[in-house]
Amino acid sequence: MKVYAVPNVATPGRPAIFNPEICNGCNTCVEHCPMDVFIPNPEEGKCPIILHPEECWYCGTCVNDCPRPGAVKFNWPLQQRGYWKRKETGQVFRP
Amino acid sequence: MTTFHEFVGNEGHAPVWPYAIRYDQEQEIETDVLVIGGGIAGCWAAISAARKGVRVALVEKSATIRSGAGGPGCDHWCDTAANPLSKVNPDEWAEMLTNGFGGYGCGISREIQCRENYDTLLELEKMGGKIRDTDDQFKGVEGRDEKTKFLISPRMNPFHDTNVVIRVWGTTFKPALKKECERLGVKIYDRVMATALLTEKGIQGARVVGATGVNARTGEFMIFKAKATILCSSSGGSLWLINTELSGYNTMSPRAVSGDGIAMAWRAGAELTLMERSGVMGITPGFKHRWYTGAGDASYENVMLVDANGKALPIVTEPGWRQKNVDRMGMGFSAIREKVLKGEFALPFYGDFPSMPEIERKVVWNMLLEEECTGKIIVDTYTESGFDPGKDQLQNYALIEGSSLPQWREANGGGLVINWDLKTTLDGLYAAGTQLFSPGDHSFAAATGRYAGRKAAAFVREAGEAIVSKDQVSVERARVYAPIKRSDGMDWKELHAGIARAMQYYCSEYKTESLFKIGLETLQEIEEKWASTLHALDPHKLIRSLEDLSILTHAQIHLHASLARKASSRFLDFHRIDYPELDPPKWRKFITVKQADGKVQVGELPIGYWGNLKQNYEAHNRDYEGAWSSP
Repeated sequence: MKVYAVPNVATPGRPAIFNPEICNGCNTCVEHCPMDVFIPNPEEGKCPIILHPEECWYCGTCVNDCPRPGAVKFNWPLQQRGYWKRKETGQVFRP
Repeated sequence: MTTFHEFVGNEGHAPVWPYAIRYDQEQEIETDVLVIGGGIAGCWAAISAARKGVRVALVEKSATIRSGAGGPGCDHWCDTAANPLSKVNPDEWAEMLTNGFGGYGCGISREIQCRENYDTLLELEKMGGKIRDTDDQFKGVEGRDEKTKFLISPRMNPFHDTNVVIRVWGTTFKPALKKECERLGVKIYDRVMATALLTEKGIQGARVVGATGVNARTGEFMIFKAKATILCSSSGGSLWLINTELSGYNTMSPRAVSGDGIAMAWRAGAELTLMERSGVMGITPGFKHRWYTGAGDASYENVMLVDANGKALPIVTEPGWRQKNVDRMGMGFSAIREKVLKGEFALPFYGDFPSMPEIERKVVWNMLLEEECTGKIIVDTYTESGFDPGKDQLQNYALIEGSSLPQWREANGGGLVINWDLKTTLDGLYAAGTQLFSPGDHSFAAATGRYAGRKAAAFVREAGEAIVSKDQVSVERARVYAPIKRSDGMDWKELHAGIARAMQYYCSEYKTESLFKIGLETLQEIEEKWASTLHALDPHKLIRSLEDLSILTHAQIHLHASLARKASSRFLDFHRIDYPELDPPKWRKFITVKQADGKVQVGELPIGYWGNLKQNYEAHNRDYEGAWSSP
């Protein structure tokens, strides 16, 4: 296994998760993202590359405007995931 | 393979920059009206000017389809005093909004908002924006008007009974605005950051004749020659916040909100006011929990808060129709804290969705939150993860996430001095939205943008040709490209953090003449010693570096304005240790600052310098036909 010397992953490092089975690399998210978090994949038809993850504003535009539902899923950073409680049971959840 | 690190792991090298690099190449564009900033105000300014038959170019640093604070969505159209269900008079409402800040509101823009934002909303509907419950999805919800199918918000209502706020489906707005811009032939330049205003003969204070810009993907230099320019960019963000890896959600706005417009106007010699005003950033997502995620935002109308044992709190996030005797979030929280410490209330608190009538729950969760700004992705994420508002209580983060530090501030409310045409003190330069010295919402940005567009178009018909100074362009080109010409130097993130630290130390909670002076000296040191070493590896980082320079200029303006106001003011959240008396009558005025021949000049304007709102609005808009006809 070849190990490369790379800088640390930014925090957060993956604001969105692409599903390569559904994403067809149309790059709508690349074009709509207000912060230019993504760049197009050098290989046409493939999922975009997350280049500036720590600049994400968490506006959700990449997911909301995606023409292929399920191609990209939002991935909240751990410390931003909200909690809720089922009133009947008192059980606490979060995404 | 979707992250940079995965790409490197698989390919053995970094991806090649995906866009053609065009450093030192330039494009010249000639237009009648140049709009800087393609957010809500900018799109409306462009549409309104284009409808008057002039050529319009729109420069947007991000992507017009969703850019701006209101780009992803908007759930309330506020201060719609001229709507048919309103119970208030627009002129009186504008007076109230203006005087509600000790007279430090911007009367002109508030009058425009109250007179014209309902007309703006109706035009938006024609473009495809959804503003009514036409499919009867929320039949039975309180505040719904059967005839107009408007959903009136209870905001303001329990206390004022006004019907001035309309709930809207704002996720539909920005795409509709962009489409209308395109239909009208507006030339949109996305991913282009405007960097400097061009003035006649390059003289500070002379007529504005366009602007320069740089492409955020290619690095190409842009020269826009325009008879009139409308500044519609954002106000300053992150002046006091050290953004490192959390930059995206540290502030209410994305990092791209860097006060470029204010910095450009200052360098061009425009007069600014209320630049000393700032406020503690109460919400600071990132350091705290992101706003809408936890029953702690203005969209949670009617949602009662309960403690961990289900005991009702005498407080709500946002008052609803019948919640007349409860405090709004933030007010009276110290009393609740005391009770928590005594064990009378148990943490954490929750938004009690299940106790709400079903239709009210549905309108809050499925309309307001989904439509408001960045709320849709929150609702969708929770829903997909099993959150059921009929069964689940949403956690609230009050108290457990702590209070904001007084050093976490935001520059709010300062902006360009304007007249009744929304024209600045520079000929050819207009302003709208957050460039004005007023707090404002989505409808404020829309109505003022629309107004500035038609006034700028009228100016264009009378204006002479715009002549650009080649020398000024050369100087700006050198400034813009400096960070990519260096082979080494300081990264944009470190410089931003250094500026923010200086602001935290020398211009935040503790305000004195000597601290301000140390602050200015520190900023000068940063400018000379560190900003001059800014190094950018690609066009994207070049843009971020140039934003740092805007932030630095903005910080300097703030300190100059702070030095000039030798008094404390409750309304401006401006508390000087050396001048402790609050709002002494002789300091009840607008302090103005500008540059002339590179030197700072301080001036003043009386409160209410715009005169009678109703009379002056009407005198300046005789040809305007809107829904409101003055009695």
